[in-house]
Amino acid sequence: MHKRASLFCLASLGFGLAFLYLPMVILVIYSFNASRLVTVWGGWSTRWYAELLRDEAMLDAAWTSLRVALLSAGAATVLGTLAALALTRIGRFRGRLPFSAMVYAPLVMPEVITGLSLLLLFVAADIDRGFWTLSVAHTTLTMCFVTIIVQASLIGFDGSLEEAAMDLGCPPLRTFLTVTLPLIAPALASGFMLAFALSLDDLVIASFTSGPGATTLPIQIYSQVRLGVKPEINAICTIMIAVVAAAVIAASLIAKWRDLRSAGTGLPAA
Amino acid sequence: MDMTSGRRGDAGRRQFAPWADPAAQPLVRFERVAKRFSGHVALDDLSLDIFEGEFFALLGPSGCGKTTLLRLLAGFETADSGRVLLDGQDISPVPPYRRPVNMMFQSYALFPHLTVAGNIAFGLKQDGLSKSEISVRVAEMLALVRLEALAARKPHQLSGGQRQRVALARSLAKHPRVLLLDEPLAALDQKLRQDTRFELKELQARLGLTFVIVTHDQEEAMTVADRIGVMDQGRLVQVAPPAEIYEQPLNRWVAGFIGDVNLFEGKVALQDVDGVAVDSAAGRLRAFSTDKVTMGDTVWIAVRPERIRLVPARPGDAAPTGNAIAGRVADIGYLGGVSVYQVALPDGTKVKATLASTTRLTERPIGLDDEVWLNWPADAGRVLVR
Repeated sequence: MHKRASLFCLASLGFGLAFLYLPMVILVIYSFNASRLVTVWGGWSTRWYAELLRDEAMLDAAWTSLRVALLSAGAATVLGTLAALALTRIGRFRGRLPFSAMVYAPLVMPEVITGLSLLLLFVAADIDRGFWTLSVAHTTLTMCFVTIIVQASLIGFDGSLEEAAMDLGCPPLRTFLTVTLPLIAPALASGFMLAFALSLDDLVIASFTSGPGATTLPIQIYSQVRLGVKPEINAICTIMIAVVAAAVIAASLIAKWRDLRSAGTGLPAA
Repeated sequence: MDMTSGRRGDAGRRQFAPWADPAAQPLVRFERVAKRFSGHVALDDLSLDIFEGEFFALLGPSGCGKTTLLRLLAGFETADSGRVLLDGQDISPVPPYRRPVNMMFQSYALFPHLTVAGNIAFGLKQDGLSKSEISVRVAEMLALVRLEALAARKPHQLSGGQRQRVALARSLAKHPRVLLLDEPLAALDQKLRQDTRFELKELQARLGLTFVIVTHDQEEAMTVADRIGVMDQGRLVQVAPPAEIYEQPLNRWVAGFIGDVNLFEGKVALQDVDGVAVDSAAGRLRAFSTDKVTMGDTVWIAVRPERIRLVPARPGDAAPTGNAIAGRVADIGYLGGVSVYQVALPDGTKVKATLASTTRLTERPIGLDDEVWLNWPADAGRVLVR
């Protein structure tokens, strides 16, 4: 049943989309601006993209960000999943409530505090700040998001599936790997992607915990912007938007393709 | 294996009664098992023997402990006390994945990420069978439940009845010593459920396996089982073949739980070779008794509605041991094949009588508000002392 969209609905949709995407659209358009002045339109050009390829510092920062995001998202997915398992599977253990509260704390903690406390820890432990401290810090930041997503899928998980696997002769660990894990994989994947995006995005914690030689893209952009917005920045931001959009579109296409494939063998007999 | 009792052969069902043979070794033995869940008693000092090749039904209201007993055998619960023996071996310390027992779950618990064939092969893969052995066995199982054409489907592409058959095939694939069925037909609709009952019974007889089914549906238990264990509050109230449970219930609770029953309370007035005479509010009633009763005891006479005959006039030729009481038809429930008559006695109690609809509804000889006589032979009534 199709209801005609009312004018009000269309207007809200338009306003909402504009609110979300207008800034980005302007940024993308200006990344192709030929003029050196950010606010003056000087015709179409891709010179800032070419310029960007020659900017070693920016490329290094992008590479660092990517590595940190991959590593910390991977670690956060493993740790977050383990925490989610502990919270959902081990009934009522001593200290369950404080534990769950502590897992969620970084969610509401101001990032400045998380960053500062991590900085103090690394200084006290006499660890040189750099790539590894940054990865650890981002794992700390993003783990709780993974926990929340995985926990939600574990709560909805039919426990009799695991019992059925064990009943058919499958030991507990193998049951987890062959039955539980494939079924909660979508939650793990979205947890990983969220953690990846958060890490790529983070400026505050990175500025506390990174050191020389481990400058991330947001830090690099931020420090350049302080000297004035260069058109190059628009170009790198456009690339980031493109990468994120591509990842999101790919993920939804994969999900859709999987649905189509599993439904492809025909409809159930009535 | 050393079995003194043979499997059900050409001699037919009637001959299969290993529980009556004192020398027979049980396949499964629950020995004084007890289980509590945070104060709630699920199993209360329960003992039970189940024999090779038997189709045993655990029947009882929800929360009576029947599922706990099944899960104890599967290994998903451990008893607080008592032992569970399989082939004479205590299996209490054996984890579920090493027990030669398989279970069909109420929710079917089919793996949604695997195909029908993948689901059936799952247990065989755990045993480390070769690829060719697995594919042979999977094909066998698919043929058994007539799902050959759907081997490549995923569970969500199947109807409820098809899923039920996949679950059955998966649990049978490993040839378990005992197959446990937890409310296997509860999710099916009425018509399909009735057909599937007979299929299940036929399958069990053909494979000669031991089935233990948990159900709250008495009709289901009566249809499929060799013996029924009626459970209430963690105890087995009566364990007997279906006909015996129905015709000789041990007490009022079993009589009321299995089928419909009319109960007449009274005091024992007479006991002789023909049975017992009881003085009830409806007059003196004669019934059959296997229990020892003494004069003056309060007892109940249980009469099944289908054993009561409705006649318009006092039955003159009633045998001296028969019963005849007068009443008035208060209500008639027309169920198609049978009609249920509610007859009010002078003291206000209502008696149910079921009559097969042998005539058209409009030609029914007895109608609403008619004065009628209820008539049943003495051996249709059974004296219950509890």
